[in-house]
Formats: sequence, structure tokens, C-alpha cells
Amino acid sequence: MTVHDVRSRHGDSKRGDASDGAIFAEAVGGRLSRVDGPAKITGAAKYAVEQQIDGLSHAVLVESTIAAGKVRSIDTAAAESAPGVLLVLTPDNALRLNTATDWLGTPPPDIPYCPLAGDITFSGQHVAAVVAESFEQAVAAAALVKVAYDETTAIVDLDDPKAGDGIPIDTMTKEWGDAQAAFAAAPVRICAAYNTPREYQAPMEPHGLIAKWQGDRLTVWEPSQWLDGMARTYAEWFGVPFENVRLVSPFIGGGFGSKAFAYGYGAVAAMAAKMLGRPVKLVVTRPQTFTAYGGRAATRQTVALGANAEGRIQSIVHRGVNETSVDGMWVEPLGSVTSIMYATPNFSSRQNVVRVNTVVPGALRAPGENPSAFGIESAIDELAYEVGIDPLEIRLRNYAEQDPEAKKPWSTRQLREAFAAGAEAFGWSKRAPEPRSMRDGNQLIGWGVAAGTYPVRRAYGEAMVRILADGSVEVESSSIDMGQGTYTILAQTAAEVVGVPAEDVVVKLGDSRYARAGVTGGSRLAGVMTGAVHKAATAALDQLVGLAISDPNSPFHALQANTLVVANGRIASPRGDGPEVSIAELLGSVGRSQIEAMGDTMPANSTADDRYKNYTTIATALSHTEGDYSRHSWCAHFVEVRVDEDFGTVRVSRVVSGLDSGRLYNPKLAESQWKGGIIMGIGQALLEEGIVDRRHGRIVNNNLADYLIATNADIPDIEVISVGIPDPQSSALGGKGVGELGIVGVAPAIANAVFHATGKRVRDLPITLEKLI
Amino acid sequence: MRDFYYLRANSIDAARQAAALPGAMLLAGGTTLIDLAKCGVTEPETVVDITYLKGLDGITVDDRGATIGALARMSSVADHAEVKSRFPAVSDALWQAASAQLRNMATIGGNLMQRTRCPYFRDPANFPACNKRTPGSGCSAIGGVTRGHAVLGTSEACIATYPGDLATALVAFDAVVHLGDRQVAVDDFFLLPGATPEREHAIAPGEMITAINIPASAAAKRSTYLKVRDRQSYEFAAASAAVGIEFEADGRTIRDLRVALGGVATRPWRARAVEEALKGKLLEADIVKQASLLAIEGAVAHGANHYKIELAPRVVARAILKMGETA
Repeated sequence: MTVHDVRSRHGDSKRGDASDGAIFAEAVGGRLSRVDGPAKITGAAKYAVEQQIDGLSHAVLVESTIAAGKVRSIDTAAAESAPGVLLVLTPDNALRLNTATDWLGTPPPDIPYCPLAGDITFSGQHVAAVVAESFEQAVAAAALVKVAYDETTAIVDLDDPKAGDGIPIDTMTKEWGDAQAAFAAAPVRICAAYNTPREYQAPMEPHGLIAKWQGDRLTVWEPSQWLDGMARTYAEWFGVPFENVRLVSPFIGGGFGSKAFAYGYGAVAAMAAKMLGRPVKLVVTRPQTFTAYGGRAATRQTVALGANAEGRIQSIVHRGVNETSVDGMWVEPLGSVTSIMYATPNFSSRQNVVRVNTVVPGALRAPGENPSAFGIESAIDELAYEVGIDPLEIRLRNYAEQDPEAKKPWSTRQLREAFAAGAEAFGWSKRAPEPRSMRDGNQLIGWGVAAGTYPVRRAYGEAMVRILADGSVEVESSSIDMGQGTYTILAQTAAEVVGVPAEDVVVKLGDSRYARAGVTGGSRLAGVMTGAVHKAATAALDQLVGLAISDPNSPFHALQANTLVVANGRIASPRGDGPEVSIAELLGSVGRSQIEAMGDTMPANSTADDRYKNYTTIATALSHTEGDYSRHSWCAHFVEVRVDEDFGTVRVSRVVSGLDSGRLYNPKLAESQWKGGIIMGIGQALLEEGIVDRRHGRIVNNNLADYLIATNADIPDIEVISVGIPDPQSSALGGKGVGELGIVGVAPAIANAVFHATGKRVRDLPITLEKLI
Repeated sequence: MRDFYYLRANSIDAARQAAALPGAMLLAGGTTLIDLAKCGVTEPETVVDITYLKGLDGITVDDRGATIGALARMSSVADHAEVKSRFPAVSDALWQAASAQLRNMATIGGNLMQRTRCPYFRDPANFPACNKRTPGSGCSAIGGVTRGHAVLGTSEACIATYPGDLATALVAFDAVVHLGDRQVAVDDFFLLPGATPEREHAIAPGEMITAINIPASAAAKRSTYLKVRDRQSYEFAAASAAVGIEFEADGRTIRDLRVALGGVATRPWRARAVEEALKGKLLEADIVKQASLLAIEGAVAHGANHYKIELAPRVVARAILKMGETA
């Protein structure tokens, strides 16, 4: 199903240049092009809901049109008698499902779970579903379902007077020194509020699935950032063993944090499939992608900085609030960057969470770090102007030589190098310090800088590596590739270890029958999986060499060598004496059809339960400050904006970023991910905002024409410069996180540049034109 | 989307007859009709496909003007060399509209018939009240999210913005819509909402746009379309202006001026007061900026759209001054 044949699709793999010491492009550190690229470009890549399944039926959701209240009644008569309708699903006829373990591994309460709501807590909640022979019939019949409500008053957002101060989240509290007193005593003080709106992942591929039961075994084809986690959820919902659920997700058309969990619509489809005894396909509509799962929570932060006259920070007092849903809990850690970016003897950060009538918010690229950086990186820019110091200089002056919060040394922190490389390439030294001092006709020009960071999230991984009779190598993992390059870097890793060209490595991903994998989130997958593949491939190579040395039928048997070398698919002695044969020839000689090695990086004494927990929850994830070090990726963005002084329109005309993600497994792919993050950050800074009708508690711009993400025309040339060095504390092969780093700090860099251009400080994202005219 | 009958018209007369059937709608590029059907706004009984009609996609330009067939694609018109040289504002407006994919599909006739982006109009399941959709049901937009709504030409019944770019340019240059037997000035083709916002165009059941004609003029030849928006591409205008200018022999005195506004009104909005104030005047920045304020005479804000009242005259002034620079 998910076989990905690298050999037929290796494209321009020979043309990349080597870097990072790699001797050829296919090795780790080489600039191998994405091996899945041609399949995606030509349309040959089949995504989850494109699978052709016999006997398919189609489900369409019916959503609440109120934000708060109760369903009084559902009239399904007209829908049930509509052409082609197989089932109208409501809470009254829904199967009784179990509540599932959450992603943290929290044991679930023993209460039933129903994905269709009777108590309405947000507009767009699933209340019913219609299944029909054709998609069109299901759409038509869904419009005939009549839902009557008893409406109550909703709390629409954080600004709602009824919202209140919310719930203090004590685990978010960070304190050292006496921040309030130090702030009060500081000769220079700035204090301001920074807000970010609801933002959405807006992946190109909408969410959806095909669910098919065979007896008590369930197969789900669904785009997924976490096959094993989602398989566990489905298994627990329906009370079947984990092994009975197969998740298949060969390609993912964008996730950005939104495709890591099984959501209610998945339960609806799988339930309908079970009730009907035939496969069901359900794809949420584009408007439903705004309410079927959560985007980034709206946030509010207050940042107070006390400093001396030289701009050295004496105290940081930070207060944050994010919204969550009425019955779910999402904490967006708003103090995550605040507490580590700058050295300060006194610090206080606290956070509240406010319940409003929305779908429970979720992860969107760099949850926590992203809005946190908007606060602190805007605030330090304000401090720079207050004390009259260059915004780059004030950051260097307050450079944290160790983790101020954990009080541990950094594993590696190339942030000073990132500032230096970015500033040099950008030409920062030529910046005129005064706001409104640079212009080109009607265009006010501004230069801004901001830093970003993301923690190194570590976990244990598992991989299967086989050396096949034809000399090719096969890698299997239930991890996934959502465009970041897993197929490619795992091929490079196995190729380097075994000693074959990358085009002779077939990587199979996206099927929960393969070796298990934890979540693809928090920028952890590459570090986890290259480590696991490295270990498994090393074991496979050891077996191969062992056979070659010891098997009586091996051509090397007489050589009495201690070891052999494998390069470019051929085996020889280190000294070059004796025979040289291909891997295929050796396996033929010794009569083996394949060599197989499963490798994992779990502690040696791990139990089966430990392993299950490791791959289906994040309970076993290692803290980034575990042990002697604090581990993070770092970056510095330098941005030029042009603001039309009459129209208030902001265009980003230049971005140069220095980034430290440690060692890069494939610089070409890492650079693409960084740029993707920066592009998303430009959209976040200037365009993206879920707009709520305050009377109805409903997002009204729930489509891609009205929820604006950056287009090609909005994106200038972006220069990214890697300043990382291998970080052995962070991963087996020395890399740190890549995927989320790039977006962190982009929005404040743009806001800072807009201030430099216009003299106007915008503290509410996005920076739309009416805020500047 | 409910089931409908599909008819493929093989002649203009057949298309018009079919279009006169109750619940019938014409299908050309489909970029509006299918979109609105998916939203549940339109539920045609019969879809009359006119894309197979011959001879309706021509573009001819001569000294008298341009005649553009109703089935000409937006991209074909935008890229037509003679349109670009004699009616730059028309080409500019088309290039800045929609996306490349939409422009390759959408036709000129369909473009004139495109409907508002008002989110309340487009979501009948959640907002039953919409006078444009269901006369007399009320207006959900007033008091709601109004950042994109109109400040000119509104009524108590409707504040929905006319979203198009092309028609804004057409209104400036006195284009005419051909409806087969009769012709209507573009300026009369688009109706103010008044008490009947459901009536958007001066077209009767059974009528069909066959072509548009744009008379040649010196002002049209020296023209531009300036579109201001937060996103650089694929966004409807926060405010836009189609401007054409003709100078006296001195190259500084304005003989003829055409100004129309987009993105701020309930229909393409000709700003004749600006034109009259500047005809015979020298093209000078202060004079132009002062006169451009006349563009928003009578404007009424509804909450978040108040910025359009600031923005629109600035867009008009910039466009006029830009045309002067290239003298």
C-alpha cells in the first residue's frame, strides 16, 4: 500500500553538492532532493482519502448553528427518506463508544464518548451525520436534517465581558528573584500588551478518512502525524485491541500540528462504517476545517521589562492568557521563550486560561514559542528605542550565556553566530536608527530584527532495516512524511550506514503495521528516526559483515578478516586484498534471502508496556532540560518591510535569517522547512486572523478566499544561513529541531520593522492596513 | 447541493429559452455558480451550459472600441495586446482579479454576474437573514463583521460590497452590455440595493449577456487600475480605483477624466464629482487630493469598514497622480 520506490524516483539525487563532511549527496548531510517529490508533482502519490475502496459510502456532517445551548430535537425524517440515504446518525442511535486515553497518557474516565453533541459549546459542533451512497446524496440529505435548539448566551472570545480572568495554570508559573520589586526599582521601564488572534493550520489537504471494518478489525486511511497514537484512540473508542486497528497514511498534504489526533469526525465515520457494515468516507469541508478541530488559541500577553540605562534587563514580569474551550483544556505556553531568551536576575511569568465557546484549540507550528516570542521580542525592541540602543545590540547585551530558567548550560547555542551571520548578510550596520528615516517614494522602509527558539523534544524511536537479496535496503517505520523529508533523510541514513547509494534504499512509511513511531510533532521526528534507523542499519550491517566473515560459503571466509568494508553496495576487505563482491552476490553465496534488523533507542530494560506507551502517548518524552544541559534550536530573523504611507499596506521585501538547528541531515530540506516557517510567519504577521461574529460566536471567514494566508506574491527572496554545529546532547546524529524554528520570531521581526518604518507600534496581530492609515 | 437538470445549449436562442425556465441558471466558467451552489446559496433546478456556444469568445479591438464576447476568458482579455494598449485599466483590473486558475476559467459575462463576498450572504445555514438571498428576511451583516462591507450605495436592507474589478474599469469608460436584443450601459446594468437587494442586475429572465463593448477614448488609452489590499494577490479590494485621463495640448491641463471606485460600494461606483472637479484644472497633487475627497461623498461606515472612507480617496488620488506622471 505505501511502498515508496526510491529507485524509480530518485530524480536529481546525483546533482546535489555535498556538505557537512558528507562525501556524496546521498549520505547524511547531503543535499539530496526529496525522493517523494516526483510522485507528488505528477499526481502519482495517492493520499489517504484518494484510495479506491469497493463498496464505499459517503458521510457528511451536520453542524450546530448556535454557539451555546442544547439540541432540543433533531428531525431526521426528510433526510432518511431522501434518495440514497443509508443512515442518519444522531446521539440517539449512535453506538456507545469508550472515552480514549489522551495524548499525555492520562487514563480516561469510565464514561461513554459520543462524537455527536447534545450540549452545544461552539458553533460548528458536530450534531448529526448523514451517510449515503453518493457524496452528493449525502450533502443534499444533510441539508434536510432539521435541528431545533434551546440557545443560551455564549462567551464568544477573550474580549467578551463575561469571559472573566480565567483559570490560573500553576504549572506555567515561573519565578526567580523578586521581579515586581526589581521592575519597580528599574531606571527604565516599559510595559505593553501583545495580542495574537485565532489562527488556523489551513493545510492544503483537508482532514478526512476512509474507515473499513472486517469483523473486529478496523482499517483507517487518514492523513496522520501520528499513526500509532491515532490507532490507539480508535482502538479504545471501539473497545478492540490496538493490534486490530491499522492506520494508513502514505502522504500528508500539510499538517502543521493539526493531524496528530483522531477527532470526532473520525469516530463518526468509523461508527457509521461499523453500523452499516461497509466502508465510509468522510472528508470535512473547507469551512469545517475551522471548527472540526482547533487552530492556535487567541492569546493576550503583558510584558514588563525593567532595565538599567545601558539596556541591561533587571526584571521581566510576564502575564499571559489564552483561550480554551468550554469543556476542553488547551494551554498555549506563553512564557516559554520569555523565560530563556535573555539573562535576567529577576523573573516572573504566570498564565491563565479562559474558557470561551470555541472548539478546543490545538497545536499550530510552534505552539507556545510562537506567540511567546511575539511578546518578548516586541518588548525588547521597545526597550531598545526607550534606551536608544540598536535593537541588535540590546539583544547581544542581554545574551543568556546559560539557560536562565533551568540554570544549566546550553547544549549548543549558536544564537550569537546567527545574529552575526544574519546581520552581515542583511547589511544591518547600514540601518538608520530613527523610525521613518528610510523611504522610497510613497514607501516607508523599515528594518527589524527578532530572535526565535524552539526546544529539542526528544523521544525513543524504532525502525526496521532489511538488506534484501538484490542488494537493496528497505527501511520501515510507521512514522510519516508530511513534506518535511522523512522519506529522504531516512534513505540517506540507511545508505550511509550500510554503504549503498541512497537510490538503492526503499523507505516505507505511513502504515501502522510497520515499526512503531511516536508523534511527528514538536520538531522531533528527524532526530528520533535518524537515530533509530542508524541503530537498526548498523545492526543489519553487522549481520552482513558477520555473515561475510564467518559463513563457510562466503568468498571472504578464507580471508580470516576481523572486519570488512561496504561501500557503494560492494564488500571488500579494508586493505583491499582479497575479493570484492556486491551485497547481492554475497547473499547469494551464503544462501540468504535477506538480513533483517529491528532497532530501537529505548532503554535496554524497557517493557512491552513501556514501548506501547512510548509510541502511543508522549508520556515517555524526554525533557529538553533533562540531565546536564538545556537543549534548543535558535534563530535570528532580519526583515525589511515597505509600508505604503497612504494605504497602510505592508509588504515584506527582504528576509535574512541565521538559524541553528545543529547538524543538518539534509541542508536542502532543512532550508526549505525554515523558509516554510518564515513564509507562514509572514502570513501570521500580516494576514491571518479568524474573525468571530460576536453575536453568533461563529468564525465568518472560514474559507481560503477570506482567511488569508500568504501567496507567492507576498513572499520575497528569503535567505537562510545555517550556523549550527553538531549537538550530540540533542540527538544521535547531532541535529536539533528544524520544522518549527523558522516561524518563531518572524512576526515580531516584522512588527519591529513596521515600527522602524512608520513609528507606529502594532501590538495586535495581524498588522492590517487599517492599523497603519 | 441538490440534483438539477443539465442542458447543453446549442444556440443562443436555445440558451435564452432555457434560461427563462423557472430556477434555470446559465453555466459558463462555473467559478461563481459552483462556488455558490456549494455554499447552498444557489440551488438551480436547471443548469444551462453555454460553454459550447460558438462565436461568443471573440475579442475585437479597433479605433471605435473593443467588443468582447461573453465567453472570452478573463485571462485572454487581460493578455490581449490591443486591450492592453488601448484599455490598460481593463487589463490591469483583470490581472489583479482572482487567481490565475480562476482567470483561466472565468468568463467575462460570468464576471459581470459575480455576486458579493458578504460572508452572511454566503452562509445560509448559519445566517438565514439576508435580504439579498431571501427578500424581507433582514440583514445579518449590519451589526456583524463588516470590515469588507460597503460604505457607498448602501441601504437599510443591504450593505454588501460589489466585489468585482473588471466592472469598475468598465463603468469608468462607459462600457455597454449587450443582451442580445438590447444594450444597457454598464453604469445602469448594476443596480443599487435600495429596498430590493435581491435585484442586482438590469437583466430579465431569458436574457443573456452576449458581449460587452467599450468605446475607445483618449482617457481609456491613458488609464490604470489601482487595487489596494492586505494580500498582494488573490484578495478582493479594500479599495480600488479605475482612472483614465486626457490632457489638453499643454500636457498639464485635464481635458477628460474618468474615475470609478471598487471595493467600497454596493455596485461599481463612478465618481463623477471627482471628474467634474478636476476637468479643466492643472494636475497638481494638492488639487487632486482635495478633489478626490469627493469620491466618498455620502459614505456611511458600519463599524469596522470605516477605514475605507479614509482609504478610498487616497487610492483615487494616487491613481490620478500616477497617470499624470507618465505624461
